Amino acid sequence: MTQRLVVIGAGMASGRMIEHLLDGAPEGWDITLFNAEPRGNYNRLMLSPVLSGEKTYAEIVTHDDGFYAARGIACRFGETVTRIDRARKVVVSQGGETPYDKLVIATGSAPFIIPVAGRDLPGVVSYRDLEDTNAMIAASRPGAKAVVIGGGLLGLEAAAGMAARGADVTVIHLMGHLMERQLDPAAGYLLQKDLERRGIRVHCKGATKAILGHDRVEAVLLEDGTVYGADLVCMAVGIRPEVRIATDAALDVERGITVDARMRTSDPSIFALGECVEFESQLFGLVAPLYDQARVLADVLNGGDAGFRPVQTATKLKVTGCDLFSAGDFAEAPGREEIVFRDPGRGIYKRLVIENDRLIGAVMYGDTADGNWFFQKIKEGTDVSATRETLIFGPAFAGGVQSDPLAAVAALPLEAEICGCNGVCKGRIVQAIEGGATDIAQLRAQTKASASCGTCTGLVEQVLALTLGDAFQKPAAQPICGCSDLTHEEVRRLIKAQELKSMPAVMQELGWRTSCGCPSCRPALNFYLLADWPLDYRDDAQSRLVNERLHANIQKDGTFSVVPRMWGGVTNPRELRAIADAAEKYDVPMVKVTGGQRIDLLGVRKEDLPAIWADLNAAGLVSGHAYSKGLRTVKTCVGSEFCRFGTQDSTGLGIALEQRLWGSWTPHKVKLGVSGCPRNCAEATCKDVGIVCVDSGYEIGVGGAAGMDVKETQRLLKAGTEAEAIEITVAFVQLYREHAKYLDRPYKWIAKVGLDWVRDQIADPATRAGLIERFDLSQRVYQKDPWAERARPDAARRFRPVADLSLEAAE
Amino acid sequence: MTIWIDIAALDDIPQRGARTVRTAQGCVAVFRTFDDRVFALDDRCPHKGGPLSDGIVHGHAVTCPLHAWVFSLETGMAQGADTGAVATYPARVEAGRVLIDAERLMARRVA
Ligand SMILES: Cc1cc2nc3c(=O)[nH]c(=O)nc-3n(C[C@H](O)[C@H](O)[C@H](O)COP(=O)(O)OP(=O)(O)OC[C@H]3O[C@@H](n4cnc5c(N)ncnc54)[C@H](O)[C@@H]3O)c2cc1C
Ligand code: HEM
Ligand code: SF4
Ligand code: FES
Repeated sequence: MTQRLVVIGAGMASGRMIEHLLDGAPEGWDITLFNAEPRGNYNRLMLSPVLSGEKTYAEIVTHDDGFYAARGIACRFGETVTRIDRARKVVVSQGGETPYDKLVIATGSAPFIIPVAGRDLPGVVSYRDLEDTNAMIAASRPGAKAVVIGGGLLGLEAAAGMAARGADVTVIHLMGHLMERQLDPAAGYLLQKDLERRGIRVHCKGATKAILGHDRVEAVLLEDGTVYGADLVCMAVGIRPEVRIATDAALDVERGITVDARMRTSDPSIFALGECVEFESQLFGLVAPLYDQARVLADVLNGGDAGFRPVQTATKLKVTGCDLFSAGDFAEAPGREEIVFRDPGRGIYKRLVIENDRLIGAVMYGDTADGNWFFQKIKEGTDVSATRETLIFGPAFAGGVQSDPLAAVAALPLEAEICGCNGVCKGRIVQAIEGGATDIAQLRAQTKASASCGTCTGLVEQVLALTLGDAFQKPAAQPICGCSDLTHEEVRRLIKAQELKSMPAVMQELGWRTSCGCPSCRPALNFYLLADWPLDYRDDAQSRLVNERLHANIQKDGTFSVVPRMWGGVTNPRELRAIADAAEKYDVPMVKVTGGQRIDLLGVRKEDLPAIWADLNAAGLVSGHAYSKGLRTVKTCVGSEFCRFGTQDSTGLGIALEQRLWGSWTPHKVKLGVSGCPRNCAEATCKDVGIVCVDSGYEIGVGGAAGMDVKETQRLLKAGTEAEAIEITVAFVQLYREHAKYLDRPYKWIAKVGLDWVRDQIADPATRAGLIERFDLSQRVYQKDPWAERARPDAARRFRPVADLSLEAAE
Repeated sequence: MTIWIDIAALDDIPQRGARTVRTAQGCVAVFRTFDDRVFALDDRCPHKGGPLSDGIVHGHAVTCPLHAWVFSLETGMAQGADTGAVATYPARVEAGRVLIDAERLMARRVA
């Protein structure tokens, strides 16, 4: 006896299920197939090649009219099922009622539309079906502007497809890197670079505020104020299971329609499969598990006893030229080890995650040829302990013996390339060594080997060691930290030379060994990047030590100190009253005068910081940066305005300098002093920059210090006018910002580069002007009162606990 | 039994950062790592009481802001040459919300 089977949704899951069902029992079923789309089953995955023009719709049809006709399937395409009447076992659609013995719901999912103004404007599409694809094709005329909201799998395929047709495409992504669910930041960085290379603009950390337009879409506005013009907007921010008819029919629905391992819903006559279902709290968004479900359901309907068991899935992006692959669980965790391989020259990144001697996750970019081999190992849970040393090199290496690195280098032929960036082979390096080169620096100068990205430094060193034998001495250069072999100076040089403008860029291109750095390198990189690329790089608060993150000095009991700026050490009764009021209002346990001519309020609770700042701001006081690797104080004496010995207005000059320099970040703290005559009451000669006024002008000294080391300033230059004294100081501070190693005070840096070199730079008018220009440019971005920014309610929130459980559950 | 309580949205905690939760017995620090995992630990360093929530978060570890001891967020154990441990509490993310195990927190209160 044939049974009546009604299927709602003619998508990829139900299509595969019908094939299996009729293979098993060709005569057993009388099938009616509804589909909201006016067509049968096609390969939805292949919409992307259709969009990019690599395929036509006809080529991606899975089941044509002939398929359905041959199997006697009643096709009701273009007809949406609006209701299921479970009591009477009928489904309701435009064409009336259709009775069933068994019902299969395979409605897939619906794109998620973010609830912003303008989402309903003509020209806003999602990316789910052929209609969406055709709308994008129509809009992708060369030169047209398209904005894709969402930098996940779908959004990027949409972006690449439209770009291939000549559209000017921008991708807006909420998170810090693309495809964050499938990729770690390093692979996300490489992907972004590849997309940018093909002209796609990528805006990460971008939250859409509104879609603008009158009769149709014209632009997209972000929370940060950026506006992108748009003739078409594709929203690809995610999908949610299409469960409406199941909910209306009172079936059990969580996020998806709940099914058991036999794909049965809470009604024994009704089954469900595909993206609309939820099984053991899991949703499914890729076809591989859906095909398993299809096989199981067909077997169950035909009386079998198959059961569904979800398996791991792997992701590939179908954008020609962007090779990425990710599978399994690649989060870092204790007990897990990672093996990272980076080849900056070829844009390759691979990361394997191993737990209990088993491979559990893999992410790769640039070279994904071994992806399936790794995926197989993940699925099988193979013990990889025996091959782990060479595992990352894939099947080509599997079984090979573990080799001594020096022996491997020794075995290389003379024509083997050592330095990929500069195309230097082993023979050229050996030649240079035989010609007298004895260290890396000489080799770099003579052959250029390791002079660009630096990642082959280790190899070059090994060639040196092999060729020189015992005469070789390993250089004592201190690497920046355990994450890299490069020194601070090398990292700085490479950040500039390779125009590396983000932390993932530095870590990838310079071959970092960790996924997100450590507390030693992160603050340093954050400084180098913001100093070298003030307009491109965004300061990363999470890479700053506590004081700079919270803009206050942490004390031994976890409270903080608050030091308002007093320009040149000058204050007035109004400011003093505000400080006194604040001290009382917030129960400040100690008020102290500092060595830098400031007033310090000590012992303020973290959660009170925004409020006390707001009070001080109201009296015109801003952050004194007593906590920063940046300009701290300019200490002055009373000078010619009051003092009977004063030669110049030292107080006025100090105030002018402080107003020009405040807010700038530097490799280490910077303190200035200006004394009105050589009696030097401002103790200027033990400051990083100390100016001593004389009758004929201003003597400018640099490199003083009064801490663990006490140093007297060395004479840099003499300025004839106050304006020139300011110029020289600004140029010096910028030179220090551009060249010094993080945490080197100026005296240490000057000892490395030489005072003469510093003087030559600053004495040269063109160099000096360039330094000043770059300093002022950076100040346009960074000279802002951090207190005012953080006293605002949305930011102030972050200084308080995120939740208070001390009152709850007091039973 | 585990009583999961919803304390915040994941996005309330910065990536590679932390926020605190006030309890009757002092603060608990809730960390969010680079890969969006969350961990809850006492916000008191066993060395001299530093607020761990103000430290730098790297990988699945935090460095105390006062004297740079490093703790595993997973186990609460001090790393390297230092010895000591911080209590940890179960925490997880579900549908963009951060949940922590209230039962364990209360057990601590009794103890
Ligand atoms: C552009 C694109 C690229 C993709 N790339 C990949 C990839 O590379 N790899 C991968 O594994 N997956 C990919 N996917 C996901 C994959 O296509 C889906 O997982 C799969 O198509 C889901 O199958 P399904 O049968 O559950 O739903 P669908 O294929 O969506 O079918 C559901 C059908 O039900 C119809 N329907 C809904 N409600 C009703 C109703 N009430 N009455 C009648 N009909 C209804 C819908 O119109 C639809 O035709 C991609 C998806 C898209 C959109
Ligand atoms: C030849 C030696 C010195 C003479 C004649 C001298 C004279 C003066 C005079 C006249 C003043 C102005 C006082 C006023 O406010 O009216 C002054 C201020 C001061 N002197 Fe000296 N001084 C000398 C050396 C020093 C030294 C060596 C120090 C400290 C190292 C010092 C520290 C100070 C300080 C801190 C001030 C107050 C400056 C200010 O904050 O305005 N003086 N001195
Ligand atoms: S340094 Fe000279 S000008 Fe300044 S206070 Fe001292 S004596 Fe007066
Ligand atoms: S208090 Fe944490 S390291 Fe000292």
